[in-house]
Amino acid sequence: MTGPKDVKSYLEDFEDIPGTRVFTAKRARQGYHLNQFAMSLMKADNRERWKADERAYLDEWPLTEEQKQAVLDRDYNRMLDLGGNIYFLSKVFSTDGKSFLQAVSTMTGMSVEDYQAMMLQGGRSPDGVRSKKEQG
Amino acid sequence: MARITAGVATSHIPAVGAAIDLGKTGEDYWKPVFAGYEWTKAWEREQKPDVVILVYNDHASAFDMKVIPTFAIGCAEEFKPADEGWGPRPVPVVRGHPDLAWHIAQSCILDEFDMTIINEMDVDHGLTVPLSLVFGQPEQWPARIIPLAVNVVTYPPPTGNRCWALGEAIRRAVESFDEDLNVQVWGTGGMSHQLQGPRAGLINAEWDNCFLDRLEGDTDELRHIPHIEYLRETGSEGIEMVMWLIMRGALGPRTHTLHRHYHVPASNTAVGHIVLEPVE
Repeated sequence: MTGPKDVKSYLEDFEDIPGTRVFTAKRARQGYHLNQFAMSLMKADNRERWKADERAYLDEWPLTEEQKQAVLDRDYNRMLDLGGNIYFLSKVFSTDGKSFLQAVSTMTGMSVEDYQAMMLQGGRSPDGVRSKKEQG
Repeated sequence: MARITAGVATSHIPAVGAAIDLGKTGEDYWKPVFAGYEWTKAWEREQKPDVVILVYNDHASAFDMKVIPTFAIGCAEEFKPADEGWGPRPVPVVRGHPDLAWHIAQSCILDEFDMTIINEMDVDHGLTVPLSLVFGQPEQWPARIIPLAVNVVTYPPPTGNRCWALGEAIRRAVESFDEDLNVQVWGTGGMSHQLQGPRAGLINAEWDNCFLDRLEGDTDELRHIPHIEYLRETGSEGIEMVMWLIMRGALGPRTHTLHRHYHVPASNTAVGHIVLEPVE
C-alpha cells in the first residue's frame, strides 16, 4: 500500500498544501457544469458563438452566478475555488489565444514577465510551501 | 513471441509540441530542451520498435467529466490528433495495433486489472508530443501505437503501486502474444510542475533527479511513494509521474539506464527524459 486507505485521512492531507486546490470528488461535483462548459469550447462552432456573446453562451449552462462571473472575469483562482479544473479551463484561455504560462502566471499574483523570469531561474522552490502546518 | 525490449519516459508539455510545430526548436530557449532527445532519436532509428505501448493522460480532450476511466486501453485501428482548442496538431494520424491491444486488454482483465476498452478516441498532446520528441517529424509514425490513458486529473488517481503492478501485468500479456514483435513501453508526463493556484511554477530538481536515479537497478522504492508526497514535493501536476511507473513495472525486476536528460524550464515544467532497458 502506498498511502492511506481511509478516504477521509487521504483527503485531509490535501488541505494542508499551501496555494493548491487538489481536484477532489467534492470539487469535481461542484464544478461539473463549469468544466463541461469549458470543454464545449473544443468545438470551433461553439468558440465562435462564445466569442460573439460570452454572457449569452454562459447562460445556456446551469452554472451559478458566481461561476459565470469568475469566467467572465477570467479569475482562474476563483474558478478553481468553484470547482474548475485547470485542464478543462485551459479551453477558455486557449480560446483567448493565451498559453498555459500566461494563464498560470495570473494565479500567482506575479506579472507574466516576473513569472517567466522565475521559471528561467529554476522555478519556485518547494521550501516553505510544502505544508501549511510547517509554515505555522 | 512478442517481447518488451526497452522503456522510455518523457515529459509531454504542450508548449514543446507547439515549438516543434512552429519550427522554434533552434531558438535559445528551446535548444537545451531538444538537445537531450537527439541521442534517443538516433537510438530509435536503430531499434525500430514494431509497437509502442504509450502511457499518457488525456487532458480533457477525449474524455470529459461524463466518464472517467482509471486505466483505458486504445484498441482502435487509428487515433486522430485531437483539437484541443487551437486546432489539431499537424502530426500524422496514430496507427494502432488492435490485435495486441485486445490481447493485452483480455490478458490484463483475466489478471484482475479491469481495463476500460476504447474503440474510438482522439489523442491529445499527452500522446503526440512524446512521439514528436522521439520520432521527429516523419510523414508517418514509424511504429504502431497502443494508447494507454490513465486518470491523473480527478482524485484519486491510481496509486504508484497499482501502476507498477499494471506494468508487470502488461509484461506478462506481451510475452504471451504469439507474433514476433519488438515492443517498447513509454511512460509520459511530469516531471515537477504545478499549473494552478498561488503555488504555480513549483519545480523540485532534487526530488526529480532522485526519482530518475531510482528508475534504474533493482529497487522498487518508487512504487511506495504516496500521492501526498508527489503533491507536496513536485507540484499538483507532478502526480503524472505515477504513469512512469507503469513503464518501469513493465521492464521487470532490474533495469539499466541507456540515456538520461533533465532541463528546467519548458513553459511551467521540468523536462525529464530517460531510456531504460531490462536486464535479464
